[in-house]
Amino acid sequence: MYAQMVESEASNDDPEKLAEFQARIDADIKIEPKDWMPQGYRKTLIRQIGQHAHSEIVGQLPEGNWITRAPTLQRKAILLAKVQDEAGHGLYLYCAAETLGVSRDEITEMLLDGRMKYSSIFNYPTLNWADIGAVGWLVDGAAIMNQVPLQRTSYGPYSRAMIRICKEESFHQRQGYDAIRKMAEGTPEQRKMAQDAMNRFWYPSLMMFGPSDKDSVHSAQSMAWKIKINTNDELRQKFVDQTVPQAEYLGLTIPDPDLTWNEERGHYDFSEPDWSEFFDVIKGNGPCNVDRLAARNKAWDDGKWVRDGLLAHARKKQAGNLAAE
Amino acid sequence: MNTEWPLWEIFIRGQHGMSHRHVGSLHAPDAEMAIKNARDVYTRRNEGVSIWVVEANNISASSPSDKGPLYEPSESKVYRHPTFFDIPEEVGAM
Ligand SMILES: [Fe+2]
Ligand SMILES: [Fe+2]
Repeated sequence: MYAQMVESEASNDDPEKLAEFQARIDADIKIEPKDWMPQGYRKTLIRQIGQHAHSEIVGQLPEGNWITRAPTLQRKAILLAKVQDEAGHGLYLYCAAETLGVSRDEITEMLLDGRMKYSSIFNYPTLNWADIGAVGWLVDGAAIMNQVPLQRTSYGPYSRAMIRICKEESFHQRQGYDAIRKMAEGTPEQRKMAQDAMNRFWYPSLMMFGPSDKDSVHSAQSMAWKIKINTNDELRQKFVDQTVPQAEYLGLTIPDPDLTWNEERGHYDFSEPDWSEFFDVIKGNGPCNVDRLAARNKAWDDGKWVRDGLLAHARKKQAGNLAAE
Repeated sequence: MNTEWPLWEIFIRGQHGMSHRHVGSLHAPDAEMAIKNARDVYTRRNEGVSIWVVEANNISASSPSDKGPLYEPSESKVYRHPTFFDIPEEVGAM
């Protein structure tokens, strides 16, 4: 998912107000921006929504990398539309975060100077066209697992953003599956590329859900607040169960010799990813962390004259209008 | 001086003769750019035929603590609903 290991904040609020607030959440009444809310709820949400928004934006980089080199004009148009959607997702989420009292510039700067994180998955490179298929199929597929239940989250603006996002996501996953399917059904060489993409993206996709949080106090608090709906393990299992038959259809092998159907549980058993790799990537040592942040910083710096120029123009026009009145 | 573009609230009329409905917000330097950005963000899949943009600063909102005084008075006025009145069957549809 796009927000990993979000720590919840303790609340030092009036116990009576807290109880009233929790009762509203338990009754599935949405919390809206002007309503009273515990400090911890506000801060945790800013962190979670912000991380999710940053992931949408940084997530454009590995895919944008292949727009100019898509194999056909149609694939190029599709990928362009997909990446454009992701910019929209970032925007919906930033706007939701802003309703909690953080400004757009503040939250952007927190990404740019490393104070805020984005999903570990976007620190892996897209080496060839098969990777673009794998990203749409597996990465967007994993994101959907988390985003669908979040449509029911307790914070109104966040819930509405998730509803808009979910409407667009199934296009993302389908175009990815369609792209990798073309290769899986193609020449032996294309097949090999598809399998290689699967091999590289499988475990990083499983990591997207974050380490097991069944004993985490942060997750328990977030679940009580309904800003987290399922545990990481539940979502990961659901993703594996859904993906295995999709891989089988393509004739691709999931790079896990221990993957087996467990009749008793009614789920697949599978191997955990290497969590030391995950923590290393989170710390900034993944293959692309430096590039990703550098690209975002460059875009922000290079765009400054445009932002400033348009604002100056708008102010000048406004002053002109006032003078004419 | 604050150099952040102001926030605009976006309202879109769907295709079916509906009212404009709030769909979200975005930052833009002026109304013209707000409309252009709204078109790019909120109508990529035929969601609308008309866009309104309002600078968020210009919206005044009721506050949640006014809920009682504002909405409770209407709760006791059940006669405002047509079902309050018994109409004899003989007179037909009304
Ligand atoms: Fe997205
Ligand atoms: Fe997506």
